[in-house]
Amino acid sequence: MSITENEARKVAKLARIAVEDEALPALARELSGILDFMEQLKEVDVEGVEPMTGVMPMRLKRREDVVTTGGMPERILSNAPDAREGFFAVPKVVE
Amino acid sequence: MSDLNKLTVSEARDALHKGDVTSVELTDACLNAIEAAGALNAFVHGTPDKARQMARAADERIKSGDAMPMTGIPLGIKDVFCVQGVASQAASRILEGFVPEYESTVTQNLWDAGAVMLGKLNMDEFAMGSANENSCYGKAISPWKIDGHELTPGGSSGGSAAAVAADLCIAATGTDTGGSIRQPASFTGIVGLRPTYGRVSRYGVIAYASSLDQAGPMTKSVRDAAIMLGAMASVDEKDSTSADIPVPDFEAALTGDIRGKKIGIPREYRVDGMPEEIDDLWQKGTDMLRDAGAEIVDISLPHTKYALPTYYIIAMAEASSNLARYDGVRYGRRAGLGQGDGITEMYEKTRAEGFGPEVQRRIMIGTYVLSAGFYDAYYNHARKVRALIKRDFDNAYADGIDAILAPTTPSAAFALGAMDNADPVQMYLNDVFTVTLNLAGLPGISVPVGLDRQGLPLGLQLIGRPFEEGALLNQALVLERAAGFVAKPECWW
Repeated sequence: MSITENEARKVAKLARIAVEDEALPALARELSGILDFMEQLKEVDVEGVEPMTGVMPMRLKRREDVVTTGGMPERILSNAPDAREGFFAVPKVVE
Repeated sequence: MSDLNKLTVSEARDALHKGDVTSVELTDACLNAIEAAGALNAFVHGTPDKARQMARAADERIKSGDAMPMTGIPLGIKDVFCVQGVASQAASRILEGFVPEYESTVTQNLWDAGAVMLGKLNMDEFAMGSANENSCYGKAISPWKIDGHELTPGGSSGGSAAAVAADLCIAATGTDTGGSIRQPASFTGIVGLRPTYGRVSRYGVIAYASSLDQAGPMTKSVRDAAIMLGAMASVDEKDSTSADIPVPDFEAALTGDIRGKKIGIPREYRVDGMPEEIDDLWQKGTDMLRDAGAEIVDISLPHTKYALPTYYIIAMAEASSNLARYDGVRYGRRAGLGQGDGITEMYEKTRAEGFGPEVQRRIMIGTYVLSAGFYDAYYNHARKVRALIKRDFDNAYADGIDAILAPTTPSAAFALGAMDNADPVQMYLNDVFTVTLNLAGLPGISVPVGLDRQGLPLGLQLIGRPFEEGALLNQALVLERAAGFVAKPECWW
């Protein structure tokens, strides 16, 4: 499986990681190498096998749908790179 | 007593309970050792004040007769665990400045048991790596050295392994997603236990691949691993995958009697190009268990060869999803923005400068295998192969096998920088023997068994039945006693 520079650019975009154009050929090569290594799985016959959803046979736990915590906006915001007036602040998203 | 930092957990516990030593003395010995070991780059955030305060509280508790086995024991904590009020950044620039407002369940359990926190330990960024070379703190360095060459302590729990092997702490926490406890334990001549998936809560452990991650102890002896696992494990309502199974007394399971136990030797682990010394060590370990009265059975785990690609597809897919949260909005680093940059540029620049190259690679591959058009061919296919890998183990255990013995790693520790020009897949091959049990959710333990020709430690791993860590630890104890591994690195740091 060979990844083109265009596909590498697309993956980087989807992953929201800025990649300079000059870095794309090397990135495409690396990603291709890793995907090549993964190709060997194709030879495994998985006919009739269900994809694994949980590694231990147990039912997901359930709980009451109630509020158990909260009321601590300062603590929630304490690590924010930019917090103002009780909110996370981000660059403008609408014109 | 001299060299208190060299004690094991069980020795320190007994000395504390007898009143021969105080936790403050023990803690000071470790803090001094840490101070002198900057060259190893194992501890990356020291918490000496917190340590002394916790040690004083532990001494009070011991005096009042309320001590538990871990009370007063000074520990190193891998940087992946959130500790309230202490920098916790999983060795990533993207979490620079992050100080958690909450405590991971594992560390909370340890503090509740009276353990003492010495500081945070180096690791590969987000636990992605096998050499502890991908870290915003710089490389961790093994206390073992050959001909003046610096060696890797392994990864991702490389700081934990280096710190325990160099006696900077009595024991340390690690996490193991594809071998990150067992491989560094093997490289540094210590014991590393990865528990069954669900035995130890993942709450507050910075996530890499959630269906594979599991925290465990890294210690100087098998007994210590049993004691420390008992304190780390719990049923936790904050982690929906925490198993509703009571935590037994693991130390009580250490009888040293494994007569009649069936130990499986999986033929598929005898891979092409495996160094003769590893093969010899494996044979020696097999003989040790046989001599102790175990029955040795050749078994087959036919899908073993597909474990590595399966692991990397699943781990990278989960990582791309888990690490989407690092967006420069809620915590950690935000990139400086240019004129006219909007929110998309903020995400992209923040993640480009915050994540190291290996993390970026894994996020992008994970993004690719989850993207429309490739999801079935890669991710779903890998989940099906994973089911087959687990079935191999289920079949072996259904046939009456009690545990499986295999090498931990395909080689001894390599020189730092040796893989700098290798392609990423070369590094991934290090995990060939360790990833299988993560895919199957099983417990595994690496025990130091011998030295290679250069004098470097080599470990063997035992893979146990789900939630039977007690039996697994007992088998490991037999291996440990028979091997009589006592080698220590000479202090050069």
